[in-house]
Amino acid sequence: MSSAETLEQLTKREYEWGFVTDIEADQAPPGLDESIIRFISAKKSEPEWLLEFRLKAYRRWLEMPEPEWAVVKHPPIDYQKIVYYSAPKQKIAPESLDEVDPELLRTYEKLGIPLLEQKRLAGVAVDAVFDSVSVATTFKKELEKHGILFCSFSEAVHKYPELVREYLGSVVPYGDNKHACLNSAVFTDGSFVYVPKGVRCPMELSTYFRINAENTGQFERTLIVADEGGYVSYLEGCTAPKRDENQLHAAVVELVALGDAQIKYSTVQNWYPGDAEGRGGIYNFVTKRGKCLGARSKISWTQVETGSAITWKYPSCILQGDDSVGEFYSVALTANHQQADTGTKMIHIGKRTRSTIISKGISAGHGVNTYRGLVKILPGADGARNYSQCDSLLLGEKCAAHTFPYLEVKNPTATVEHEATTSKIGEDQLFYCQARGLSAEDAVSMIVNGFCKQVLRELPMEFAVEAQKLLGISLEGSVG
Amino acid sequence: MLEIKNLHARAGGNEILRGIDLSVRAGEVHAIMGPNGSGKSTLAGVLAGRPSIEVIGGEVRFEGKDLLALAPEERAREGVFLAFQYPVEIPGVSNTYFLKSALNAARKHRGEEELDAMDFLKFVRAKMKLVEMDEKMMSRSINEGFSGGEKKRNEVLQMLVLEPRLAILDETDSGLDIDALKVVSKGVNALRGPDRSMLVITHYQRLLDYIVPDFVHVLAAGRIVRSGGKELALELEKKGYGWIEKEAGATLSAPARSQAS
Repeated sequence: MSSAETLEQLTKREYEWGFVTDIEADQAPPGLDESIIRFISAKKSEPEWLLEFRLKAYRRWLEMPEPEWAVVKHPPIDYQKIVYYSAPKQKIAPESLDEVDPELLRTYEKLGIPLLEQKRLAGVAVDAVFDSVSVATTFKKELEKHGILFCSFSEAVHKYPELVREYLGSVVPYGDNKHACLNSAVFTDGSFVYVPKGVRCPMELSTYFRINAENTGQFERTLIVADEGGYVSYLEGCTAPKRDENQLHAAVVELVALGDAQIKYSTVQNWYPGDAEGRGGIYNFVTKRGKCLGARSKISWTQVETGSAITWKYPSCILQGDDSVGEFYSVALTANHQQADTGTKMIHIGKRTRSTIISKGISAGHGVNTYRGLVKILPGADGARNYSQCDSLLLGEKCAAHTFPYLEVKNPTATVEHEATTSKIGEDQLFYCQARGLSAEDAVSMIVNGFCKQVLRELPMEFAVEAQKLLGISLEGSVG
Repeated sequence: MLEIKNLHARAGGNEILRGIDLSVRAGEVHAIMGPNGSGKSTLAGVLAGRPSIEVIGGEVRFEGKDLLALAPEERAREGVFLAFQYPVEIPGVSNTYFLKSALNAARKHRGEEELDAMDFLKFVRAKMKLVEMDEKMMSRSINEGFSGGEKKRNEVLQMLVLEPRLAILDETDSGLDIDALKVVSKGVNALRGPDRSMLVITHYQRLLDYIVPDFVHVLAAGRIVRSGGKELALELEKKGYGWIEKEAGATLSAPARSQAS
C-alpha cells in the first residue's frame, strides 16, 4: 500500500463521544425573535439591564451581515430553525451534587469528567454545562476560601451583578461581529471566574461543554477577571452527539487581566466533526478575546482544535498595559471534510508589549486549514515585539492549508518577526518509523505529535495527555 | 536465515533488480559491493519493505517466513533491521521516545515484557558508550540538526538497542571520516555473533578493513555477477568495477528499460 493510501485510511476517524443522553428537556420553541430573548431572560430571572443588553444586541444582529471573509463554505444558516434554549428538567440551581439528575452525572462520567465528590479529578474544579445551562460546579467551597469566585454565568448575574455589569461586553462589544452579536442576544450560560488581588488560584478551573439536545444551538458566555497580581489557569473541553444536521455553537469568551495578573486559557475542542462524507457536525463560531488592561499583565491562549465541521475562531489579546504579554499557541487539525479558519489578533497598544504566536495546522483527507492572524502595533507601542511562527503539515493529496498573516506596524521601534513553513508527512518519515517496528498509525500519531510539541507543552499536564490521545485518535483508522 | 531467489524489483518505473539470488546463513557477514546504480540500495529497500519499490518476481524467505508478505513494521519486529543510508529527521519526537517505542514494539511482539523508562535508559546508556554518543543526543529530536556522522552513529545505536537477527547496513560508511568509521565499525562488530547475520552494503572496500566479511558479492545492473571471499573486495579496490562489468557481459552495463508489467 502506498503511503498516500495509508494516510487516506489513517485519517478516517471514529467519534467516540457521539452518544445521546435521554433526558427530558425544558425547551423554547425553535426560532428567534424578541419574545424568545425575553423568554430566556425571564427563565433566568435576569435584571432589567441585562435584558436591555440582549435586546440591543438582537436589534444590531438583525442588521449585521454574515462574515464572509473566512476560507470556509457552508449553506446559509437558518436561524429560525434553531432552538435557543434547552435545559435538562431538574431544579434550576441544584444546591449540591446530590440533587443533580443521575443521568447527567452518568453522562459526564462517560465523558471522563466525574463530578461526584469521591471521583473528582484531583486538582481540577469543573463547571459542567449541558446544552443551555450549567448543571454542576465542583470545588466551589474550596475556592471560596481563597476568595475565588467560580460559578455558572447565570449564578454570577445574581450573586455578583456589579462585577458582571462592569466587565460584560468590555472586551468583546455586543456588536463586534455577527456571531458575537447573536451570542450577546441569546447567551444562556457559561462560566464566571473572578480571582481577587494577589491570589494565585490553587487548582485548574475548567468548564466542560456538552451539546445534547437536537436542533439546539449552544451560546455560552464566559467571563474571567483576574484582579491585580492574580493568577488563574482555566481549561475548557467540549463534545456533542453525532447527528446529520449541523448544530451551531456561537460562544463568547472575555478575559480581563489587571496589573501583574496572569490568565492562562487552554482549550481542547472536540465537538462532533461530522461524518466521513462531511454530513453533520458542529459549526464552531467563537469569539474569544482577552484584554491585558494593567501593566505587566499576561494572557496566554492555548488551543487544540480537533473537532467541529467548521471552526471559526481567533482568540486574541489587546495589550493595553505597558509591558503586557500576549501568547497564542494553537494546533488545528482538519480531517475528512472539516474546515478550520483560525488564528489570532495581537493588538499592541502599551509600551514594550510583547506577543508570541505559534500556530500548527494539520490537514488530512479533504480538510481545509487556514491560519489567519493580525499583528497590529499602534503608534504608542514603543519597543513592541512580536514573533509569529505558522507551520502547516499536510497528510495526503486532497487537503489544503492556507496562511494569511496580516501585519500593521505603526511604530518604527517595533520588532516583528514571522516564519512560516509547509511540509508533508513524507513517505520517508513513515517508512523510517515502520522500519523500526512502529505501526503506520503509531508512526503518524508520533510524527503529528512531534509537529505539535511546541504547543502541547503549553497545556496543563492532564490536558496535554488528553490532547495527544485526541490527535492520535483523530487520525486513527484501519490500516490495510 | 535469509534466502533470496530470482528477485526482480522495480523503482521509479525501471527494473532495478533483475534476478538476485543470495543465501545468508546465521552468523555470516556478507558484503554487497557494486558501482552506483547497480541496485545495492534497492536490494536493501526491498528487504526492509520500502513502499516505493515494487517486487515483480522472485521470493525472499527470512527464517522460513515469506518476508515479502510482511508489512515493514512486521519485518522489523521479526528482527530485520535496515541502517538507512539517509536517516530521516522527525522534528519534535525525541530519540529516547522513538527508540523506546521501537524496542517495546519488538519486545511485545516476542511476548516479552515492555521496558519502563528507567530500565530502558540503563540499557541504552551501555550501548551509547560503544558508539561514543553523547547522552544529550537522546533528548534531541530524531536526527534533527545531526551531522552526517551523528546520524550514522544514531543508526548503529538503534541497531545495537534493537539487536536484530538480520542487520542490513546501507552505505553506513558514506560521508564518514576515518575516526567515525572506526567508531561505527566497532559498534557493528560488537553485534556480530553466531545467531546474527549482516548484509553490509558499500561502495568502497575501506569499510571492509574494519568490518571483515565472510563473503563478498558484486552487484552490477541488478544481478550478482561475482561472489567470493574478502579478497574479492581487495581485487575490486585495485581494478575498479569496470573489469567485472566487462567480464559479466556487455548487456549488463546498459540495462534495458523494464518490459515487465
